[in-house]
Amino acid sequence: MHVPDGFIDAPVSIAAGAVAVAGVAVALRGARRELDDRTAPLAGLTAAFIFAAQMLNFPVASGTSGHLLGGTLAAILVGPYTGVLCVSVVLLVQGLLFADGGLTALGVNIINMALVTVLVGYGVFRLLLRVLPRSRASVTAASFAAALVSVPAAAVAFTLIYAIGGTADVSVGKVAAAMVGVHVLIGIGEAVITAITVSSVLAVRPDLVHGARGVAKSLELHVEPARA
Amino acid sequence: MGAGHAHRLYLPGTSPVHRLPPQCKLVALLAFVLLVVATPAHRVWAFALYAALLAAVAVAARVPLATVARRVVIEVPFVAFALLMPFVANGPRTEVLGVALSQSGLWSAWNILAKGTLGVIASILLAATTEPRVLLLGVERLRMPQLITQIATFMLRYGDVVTAELGRMRTARAARGFEARDLRATGVLARSVGALFLRSYERGERVHLAMVSRGYDGRMPALADVGATGVQWAAAAALPAAAALVAAAAWMVP
Repeated sequence: MHVPDGFIDAPVSIAAGAVAVAGVAVALRGARRELDDRTAPLAGLTAAFIFAAQMLNFPVASGTSGHLLGGTLAAILVGPYTGVLCVSVVLLVQGLLFADGGLTALGVNIINMALVTVLVGYGVFRLLLRVLPRSRASVTAASFAAALVSVPAAAVAFTLIYAIGGTADVSVGKVAAAMVGVHVLIGIGEAVITAITVSSVLAVRPDLVHGARGVAKSLELHVEPARA
Repeated sequence: MGAGHAHRLYLPGTSPVHRLPPQCKLVALLAFVLLVVATPAHRVWAFALYAALLAAVAVAARVPLATVARRVVIEVPFVAFALLMPFVANGPRTEVLGVALSQSGLWSAWNILAKGTLGVIASILLAATTEPRVLLLGVERLRMPQLITQIATFMLRYGDVVTAELGRMRTARAARGFEARDLRATGVLARSVGALFLRSYERGERVHLAMVSRGYDGRMPALADVGATGVQWAAAAALPAAAALVAAAAWMVP
């Protein structure tokens, strides 16, 4: 999904870069509110976690495999602003140090994989939590649905950018069909992993799931008085 | 943790390219890639010249071409995508080896392959000649908010630690006879991801407390100054300036 250089023409790449800068600036202000002076170490370690988790390939069908994008997962675990920041930093480092994703396409990549996945994923998550009963099962179900929707949403965002500034002479309909089709499949894997990850974190440290604050009861320590 | 573990992509050296300040190299790279992207795909010779420019940089930086070639494989998924283009694109068709292919699709494939590959090679050269830590100092010099570069620094510093943690989990799973075969394996993998998040985040909490106890107040002390002189900016500008000539020629030559 990392778009390379040359896929989107120069003017649209620059415009996408400006949009990405604005989005990240908003996320910077919000992240300070979410994490105060702990922002740098905690967001940094979360970014390292996303970076590592993206290396974990899961089998999709015979022979093929997909990997986690992590936008929705990060948003639910550490909050939407910090989530955007973490994924953007992962993309920046991948572009600068690993040549993964073109530098001129960095804006496009940040819009698709950081801004859109987090906005759509976290939005769906919060909406569902408002409707569903307050329980751990609902948090898991909402995470599943949020991740499921967020990946094809990123594919749709890519198609829109492609429609404005794509360099290839392929009809937008074909690109949309191919991108959304493939990413619905990837979205299922993403959804399963996101839901199970969130529920396993919720079981151990419910206070660490930002999106479920106020839903899960904090764990209580029960101590039997020792028998003499 | 204290030892400076250099990154896999970085090739230590003392060439003129290695010695340039990181911010000069970053600006040069960005300008170069933008010019490449803005060049019309039909001017095939322009891309040959761009490749020659990058080869000159590689020679000056003493980065073996074989090393660059080995790292280019990162773009393989997009090569596959580009190769599909001639079959799905619109427009008049042409016969290649008895198969009717779209002409514009062939150009699109060439466009993506040429520009994508040049961009990847340019990034590889930057990463090979600049230490990651120094590169982030350069990013900060270019007015990137300090919080972003701090997050990136932490990500780099602990990336290897977290990845090693993931590796130990893989070993533990394998030792218990686990093998990822199909979708049913996803549950086990996802629980590993959950455990990995907890270990990463709790490490972040410990790191933060350790930093606070050493006087951290939200800013990192600058240990190395990476100021650039006019001469260094001029040296770094050689690549984009040459590329600008090529791009101008490509636009103007009929």
